[in-house]
Amino acid sequence: MNKTVTRVLVAKYDELPVRVGQAIKIGEHEIALFRLSNGDVRALENKSPHPKGGVLSEGLVSGEYVFCPLYDWKISLIDGKVQEPDQGQVKTYQVEIDGDHVYIVF
Amino acid sequence: MEKRKLVMVGNGMAGVRTIEEILKINKDLFDITIFGKEPYPNYNRIQLSNVLQGEATWDEIIMNGWNWYKDHHIQLHAGESVIKIDVEQKRVYSDRGRVVEYDELILATGSLPFILPIPGVDKQGVIGFRDIQDCKTMIEAAKHYKKAVVIGAGLLGLEAASGLVKLGMQVDVVHLMSHIMEKQLDATAAQMLQKELEAQGINFLLEKETVAILGDECVKGLRFKDGTEIEADLVVMAAGIVPNVRLAKESGIYVNRGIIVNDYLETNIPNVYAVGECTEHREIVYGLVAPLYEQAKVLAENLCGIREKRYEGSVVGTQLKVSGVDLFSAGEIYENQTTKAIKVHNEWNGVYKKVLIRDRRIVGIVLYGDTKDSTRLFRMMTQKQDISDMAEIVFLQAPGQEASGNNVAAMPDDEVICGCNGVTKGTIASAIQTHNLTTVEQVGACTNAGRSCGRCKSLIAHLLEHTLGDAFYQTAQKETLCACTDLSSGELVAEIREKGLTSIKEIMNVLGWKTEEGCSKCRPALNYFLGVLYPEYEDDRDSRLVNEKMHANIQKDGTYSVVPRMYGGVTTASDLRKIADVAEKYNVPLVKLTGGQRIALFGIKKEDLPNVWADLEIPSGYAYGKTLRTVKTCVGAQFCRYGTQDSMSLGIELEKRFERLDTPNKVKMGVSACPRNCAEAGIKDVGIVGVDGGWEIYVGGNGGTDLRAADLLCKVKTEEEVFDIVGAYLQYYRETAKYLERTSKWIERVGLDHVKEVLCDEEKRKELNERLYRTLARYEDPWKKAIEDETIRHRYYTKRSIVVNTK
Repeated sequence: MNKTVTRVLVAKYDELPVRVGQAIKIGEHEIALFRLSNGDVRALENKSPHPKGGVLSEGLVSGEYVFCPLYDWKISLIDGKVQEPDQGQVKTYQVEIDGDHVYIVF
Repeated sequence: MEKRKLVMVGNGMAGVRTIEEILKINKDLFDITIFGKEPYPNYNRIQLSNVLQGEATWDEIIMNGWNWYKDHHIQLHAGESVIKIDVEQKRVYSDRGRVVEYDELILATGSLPFILPIPGVDKQGVIGFRDIQDCKTMIEAAKHYKKAVVIGAGLLGLEAASGLVKLGMQVDVVHLMSHIMEKQLDATAAQMLQKELEAQGINFLLEKETVAILGDECVKGLRFKDGTEIEADLVVMAAGIVPNVRLAKESGIYVNRGIIVNDYLETNIPNVYAVGECTEHREIVYGLVAPLYEQAKVLAENLCGIREKRYEGSVVGTQLKVSGVDLFSAGEIYENQTTKAIKVHNEWNGVYKKVLIRDRRIVGIVLYGDTKDSTRLFRMMTQKQDISDMAEIVFLQAPGQEASGNNVAAMPDDEVICGCNGVTKGTIASAIQTHNLTTVEQVGACTNAGRSCGRCKSLIAHLLEHTLGDAFYQTAQKETLCACTDLSSGELVAEIREKGLTSIKEIMNVLGWKTEEGCSKCRPALNYFLGVLYPEYEDDRDSRLVNEKMHANIQKDGTYSVVPRMYGGVTTASDLRKIADVAEKYNVPLVKLTGGQRIALFGIKKEDLPNVWADLEIPSGYAYGKTLRTVKTCVGAQFCRYGTQDSMSLGIELEKRFERLDTPNKVKMGVSACPRNCAEAGIKDVGIVGVDGGWEIYVGGNGGTDLRAADLLCKVKTEEEVFDIVGAYLQYYRETAKYLERTSKWIERVGLDHVKEVLCDEEKRKELNERLYRTLARYEDPWKKAIEDETIRHRYYTKRSIVVNTK
């Protein structure tokens, strides 16, 4: 069976603010989209890995990390890993940039 | 020489402690393999209740992380149980088919919750309180269900109940006996404890014998012997623990209640040892950590060939880890014909102390409400000290004359500071000196003190202070801002000023930051420092944490609360109408009066915030900011027959002048019109009290975490003088406090007299006020700005929804 790949247009690159997360809902997926200082765009599931939950889109962005706005956990925007001393994992989404268009790939 | 093969079954506190002790003696003696049935490294089981109560995180309770095993070349099979031991061939078999040979075998299988032999215990929702999984089940259950029942009001049961209440569940504790914790407390202490726990929300059902657990697949309720029933969605069995001996028993090792061991922790089979809760030594099974650690030490020495010290049993003391409860008990609890009791029952402040004496020696201790004497009394008990010439009770003595139990200087060197690990004052003091230790954590790493229940940490801190003297204060002050830099907060400000640095990026570049763009600690701090140094500084909004960035308070579900400004707590019909209209229009789930005399709207979606603000047409109340929050006022001379001054007007003017100003942490003010002080000015950062012919200004009060009564700064005649003094005071606080330091801490650090001195100087006061008002000029209402500025709305307050077409 062929695996179907879906590309969903989520934003225009130029309209994405640097270091300010954006909350995006695609169907059932709640996603936090981040444009980093180095120009990359990264996407995480918009849900804090802390047992009490919460969102990530409003967290402070630093380099390739975001700090959970509710519990201050440091989370890698590259692989979604929670940094020491905390532990956990956030789901990441693949991002594609095509010209001025930013896509999430499912 | 070839290493001997050491295998341990069990990966808990007692077992791993044994391994630690072995490694301390000789790390090259054994090839070590550990089996642990839980899929985690060694964690602090005692602290599970703290995790449940939200006072510790999972990671904080890990004692030996995965790396510890790796670093010590220990083969750990986590999540794997040993199901068979062949003592002839000296082999163990795991449930995954692994076979491992041993030269020496340690059984450290711990214990299991005692499950009542009644029908229905196998239903879903019936658990023990023993491991991480149980804890997770409880946390998960609290999210979906309401009603929990804990069977057993012993230590474990009460800690579980307290945790479940904190998680928002309705909790009944069912107990067979007529009072709770009957093994540790007498009826008087138990009743005091019960009252406290009831106040925290736990309901008790005493003298109830559970005979059945009801429900189909899932638990629905309990039935008691008297025929009554109660509902339950979750049942926690905490009626006791039993040693986990099945494996030993099936392998032909001699077992009674626990695995029988001698004074060297040896079982009846050669080369097989047992340690911890699974053992029975001289007919006693221990369930508390201190004796288990003593056993671990003896066993480790034995395995390393040192057969000097025997384990001769322990006398144990008990503490309960429930916040708001202070209790200690040890030895005998109940009086009989051979004992005499000394009892102090102070109903006035909820303290109860009882010491049982036989033949001039202490044989039992029960302390409730005040346990600072516990180490001293416990030591007198274990050392069988003759107390005939010291038994005395002091009544209503003047303060300051009482011998302090916390006075570390007066403690003898052999007094135990950490009861769990049996670490004495002398051991800690010498470790501090030989290893140059400066923090409580370092002391823990070096001596184990404070690493179990954590109650002795404040004593260790006192001891550090006492041992190091001035050196302690020097190291204490060398606290760096965060891990991104080696500079302290004070050094940083000096560097920024000296080098004329004007942006966060520049600071990080010039001062050699260790991270690319800082962290959630330094970015907000640097943004604050720059704002204080340069009145015209352009704020870096993205370096603020969520609430200040969004100008609203984030709630746990990701929604926000909105608190409009209500100067001096005075409002109008028209403002109230607007608030009511907004509450209806946006289906606001909660409208609540705040502690600062205003109204909060909870549960507002991020994308609705600008619209809510536009409809309100009231400025932001900054309920989220490190800034002036509110000025609480009483009605005052305008209406009140006692009021000597117009407190409302003064409060409103103070709030209007100083609102929005960035301060190191939040600032609360209060203005009362007379010394009855209805605005509670005595616990505010700045409190003004009207008296005949003037105002008293109080500073450094705090009604929160660090309760502190404010100090009188000065007395003035006019309102203009109030503004002058308060303005200068605020600016001096802004310029000299550490970021996040409240005025109550700051004033203790710099000293009230020093602040008085600065503010008495008219010239200095003028300069401070000048800098303050220049800074105040840069602020505007952030809500209005968001309504007017499309870019801000786009950056911070949008949520995109994309509909996906499914074919």
